Amino acid sequence: MSTQVIMAQALLGLNVGVFYAMLSLGLAVIFGLLNIINFAHGAMYMLGAFIALIGYSMLEEWFGISMEIGFWPSLIVAPLFVGILGVIIERTMLKRLYELDHIYGLLLTFGITLILQGLFSNYFNVSGTPYPGQPESLSGVLNLGFMYFPTYRLFAIVFSIVVCFATWYVIEHTRLGSRLRAGVENPQLTQAFGLNVPLMITLTFGFGCALAGLAGVLAAPIYSVSPLMGADLIIVVFAVVVIGGMGSIMGAILSGLALGLVEGLTKVIYPPAASTVIFFLMVLVLLFRPAGLFGKEK
Amino acid sequence: MFNETHLNLNIKHTLKGIVGAVSLLSLAAAPAFAADGKLSDDKVKIGVLSDMSGVYKSLEGPGAVIAAKMAIEDFGGKVLGKNIEIISADHQNKPDIGASTAREWIDSKQVDMITALDNSSVGLAVQGLASDKKTITMNTGAGTTALTEEQCSKYGIHYVYDTHALPVGTATAIVNNGGKKWFFITADYAFGHSLQDNTSKVVKDLGGEVVGNVNAPLGTNDFSSYLLQAQSSGADVIGLANAGQDTVNAIKQANQFQIVQSGQKLAGMLVFITDIQSMGLDIAQGLQFTTAFVWNQDDEAEKWSREFFKRHGAMPTMVQAGVYSSVSNYLAAVKAAGTDDSDAVRKQLGEMKLNDMFVKNGEILSNGLMLHDMYLVEAKKPGESKEEWDLLNVVSKIPAKDAYIPLAESACALAK
Amino acid sequence: MMINRILWIVMLVAGLTAPFFAYPVFVMDLLCFALFACAFNLLLGYVGLLSFGHAAFFGAAAYITGYVIKAWGFPPLLGIVTGAAFSMVLGVAFGYLAIRRQGIYFAMITLALAQIIYFMALQMPFTGGENGLQGIPRGELFGFINLNDSLTMYYFVFAIFLTGFCIIYRTIHSPFGEVLQAIRENEARALSLGYDVDRFKLQAFVISATMAGLAGATKAVVFQFAALTNAHWQTSGEVILMTLVGGLGTVFGPVVGALAVGSLSHELGSFGSWVQVILGTIFVICVLTFRRGIVGELERIFSKR
Repeated sequence: MSTQVIMAQALLGLNVGVFYAMLSLGLAVIFGLLNIINFAHGAMYMLGAFIALIGYSMLEEWFGISMEIGFWPSLIVAPLFVGILGVIIERTMLKRLYELDHIYGLLLTFGITLILQGLFSNYFNVSGTPYPGQPESLSGVLNLGFMYFPTYRLFAIVFSIVVCFATWYVIEHTRLGSRLRAGVENPQLTQAFGLNVPLMITLTFGFGCALAGLAGVLAAPIYSVSPLMGADLIIVVFAVVVIGGMGSIMGAILSGLALGLVEGLTKVIYPPAASTVIFFLMVLVLLFRPAGLFGKEK
Repeated sequence: MFNETHLNLNIKHTLKGIVGAVSLLSLAAAPAFAADGKLSDDKVKIGVLSDMSGVYKSLEGPGAVIAAKMAIEDFGGKVLGKNIEIISADHQNKPDIGASTAREWIDSKQVDMITALDNSSVGLAVQGLASDKKTITMNTGAGTTALTEEQCSKYGIHYVYDTHALPVGTATAIVNNGGKKWFFITADYAFGHSLQDNTSKVVKDLGGEVVGNVNAPLGTNDFSSYLLQAQSSGADVIGLANAGQDTVNAIKQANQFQIVQSGQKLAGMLVFITDIQSMGLDIAQGLQFTTAFVWNQDDEAEKWSREFFKRHGAMPTMVQAGVYSSVSNYLAAVKAAGTDDSDAVRKQLGEMKLNDMFVKNGEILSNGLMLHDMYLVEAKKPGESKEEWDLLNVVSKIPAKDAYIPLAESACALAK
Repeated sequence: MMINRILWIVMLVAGLTAPFFAYPVFVMDLLCFALFACAFNLLLGYVGLLSFGHAAFFGAAAYITGYVIKAWGFPPLLGIVTGAAFSMVLGVAFGYLAIRRQGIYFAMITLALAQIIYFMALQMPFTGGENGLQGIPRGELFGFINLNDSLTMYYFVFAIFLTGFCIIYRTIHSPFGEVLQAIRENEARALSLGYDVDRFKLQAFVISATMAGLAGATKAVVFQFAALTNAHWQTSGEVILMTLVGGLGTVFGPVVGALAVGSLSHELGSFGSWVQVILGTIFVICVLTFRRGIVGELERIFSKR
């Protein structure tokens, strides 16, 4: 096995890993404040990709608006849309469930996933529609020495990592973040200090969803845009979250990246195990460190 | 159906219901064969079971339903004085869903013949089930040779192409042009494996070698890691033993990773005109593959295809044209036999010479194989194309006897 | 409980006469899902554990049953028992891992574990991968009752359903079942009363897995097919919906839910993906405003009188 092949597969693994990282980061942020697992996170990712696709090539056909939202504006528009949808879902539905067992939140978001998936399956091929709006400036190919790598993919990797670490920085090192963390630690006390905790919760949920939407836009030019793209991913991300543990933002990012790499390398060493290796790692972690690698035992 | 209304039943209702249901059941069960040589349940019903939502949607799917409807219209809408009906469903590429749909169609919806059946797993499952229930299947969409070989059956007909016929043209041409070392990216189910095996045989017989393979799940979005494996294998040719959207994705991504530019050749073992259209000639030009039908191969085909285009918005693939042909010939056989009894119709089909816009001098052998000529074609250069769907040049004709497994060598017990 | 008595009678009468009203194979399918939902309900409704991976037991048992019948020539009943037994073993393993965490973690872990089974079913040679395990012979019950007749097969399936249902019913209405409900209400309290909570949870998990396996094994014989769909996470989701619609933590809820959801998806089959949208909407409505489910609401109305 040449190092060349290993390097190439590792880079492709990292390519997948950044999506794991962005999604598990969003899940972790939401979980931190709301204590619910957002099953619809995968659907939000899919939605992000579809908004980019529709904005680029279907506005005219569907809505009679002769306009084209390119890739760069999509990076803002799509997460915004998805974030607003998240806010609506939180305000109108999730809010009613906070008093109940947290599994109801999971069930609700599962239902929302089915609705979104079903809706898009009606209008789009389940095996994917190519996204035609990849910017010209990123359409080239880079010679990395060990392989030719499409410029766009490299851009997606770098961009996602930057977003992840920026989020981490805001939460861990700014005043906004410290308030957020205070809200997590002790909602009553924080409220007593005059902070609007319910608003924080809503915005956090919206932000988490927006992150997933952003990941979706980034994924659109690489994978075809498909109604099932989120569902396939979210289950792996759940395992990533269990492995990383829910305690830390950095944990979510690092375990996402690392597990993408592991999966990529498994494709070189023993391809049939590539789709299950993360789940097996989860079993190991559960056996020896049930709280997850970065989680705190309660 | 069994729903809440039946949950609050009273005794009277129940008795009435039982009497009614028993008479209904006897109606449904009795006329599987029409003893008096007429039509069962006073109509002929064609089932189109296809992928309506997934990887193979554009190559068969809703277009197959349109083709079947056109066949019924051209036949006059009636056979032996009775109506011809059509029913369609999505098998979602899941053999269990396909089989249970077919089971219900035959058991309680009086379907007489099932066609389309793209996806070999579904095709095998449905053919097996339908044959147990003495129902004819005319498979236009699936590729595996098992349909007429190991798992052949008396009522199963394989109509358009198979995985033996595909590499005969394509692989031979490529090996003879110097592509000796092959690596396969294979769709991981019945069809892909069968296509890979048959192609390997052709390659090896011509003195080539197979240096490796990798299995990719049906409906893979990202082929990059498989392509890199293929690249590092040092093969001259990367054989794509897959179909539909999978083939399109693989070829496009190979382009992104500069695989072709780095000196390897891609060989799509099963390519449809819709794939070429969706890739665009810039990427596809020069790609050689084997097909049973080109929409502008002659005037008759072109006339029909343009009519199809009006209704479907795309030119017909070989399997869609095959659906038209199979339905037409089935109806002709029903008419000639004077009944829709499966044994009589199957016998009739075996004796007919098939001639229409799709096939010339075709015949259906005892193992269910429809024997007909195939074509080796090549995607045009962008400059050569005269209209949107003018995409292919015919390189050569592959005579039926070279394309298909001879009856004498068939592993099917019915072959004689 | 008046309502329960009525439902018993309705279920028996409807079950015995159903094949005369409806397409028997379809009713058999509903019965398998009804048993599956009952098994799932034992865990969520009576212990408060949400398993998002129950399709693993349903699907794995189908494969094992199909394989032993087809390849080793097991008679149908023994084949089904073998499949269910396999799910039991699988239940021990999954349960042991999953009960280490609670609440939504439990759900995510069961989901992830079930994905392992799904991918194994996709890749192991004996399952036939995407092709599935086809052509499983129905065979002859006790060596002389031919199951290829749909009516005979139906009553065989109905008998299996009743057996499974009674086992679950007995489990719920036993001292063991009462401890389970105590754990659901307040785990800490049950613990402080000296109950080995984890052991009880594991036992409940294993019973539930076995019954889910029984349902899956039976389905394989009915359709003569074991396929990936059975082990897919969407099947896990479907069974949750059935239980929720029928009534969480009620004995008959899952049966009613399975009939309702099953008939609905069957009737709406021609609407394609809209079925998913409708099911999703029902899901959301149930979670938001109809948490008792059909039978739960009926019970409430009857107990008021």
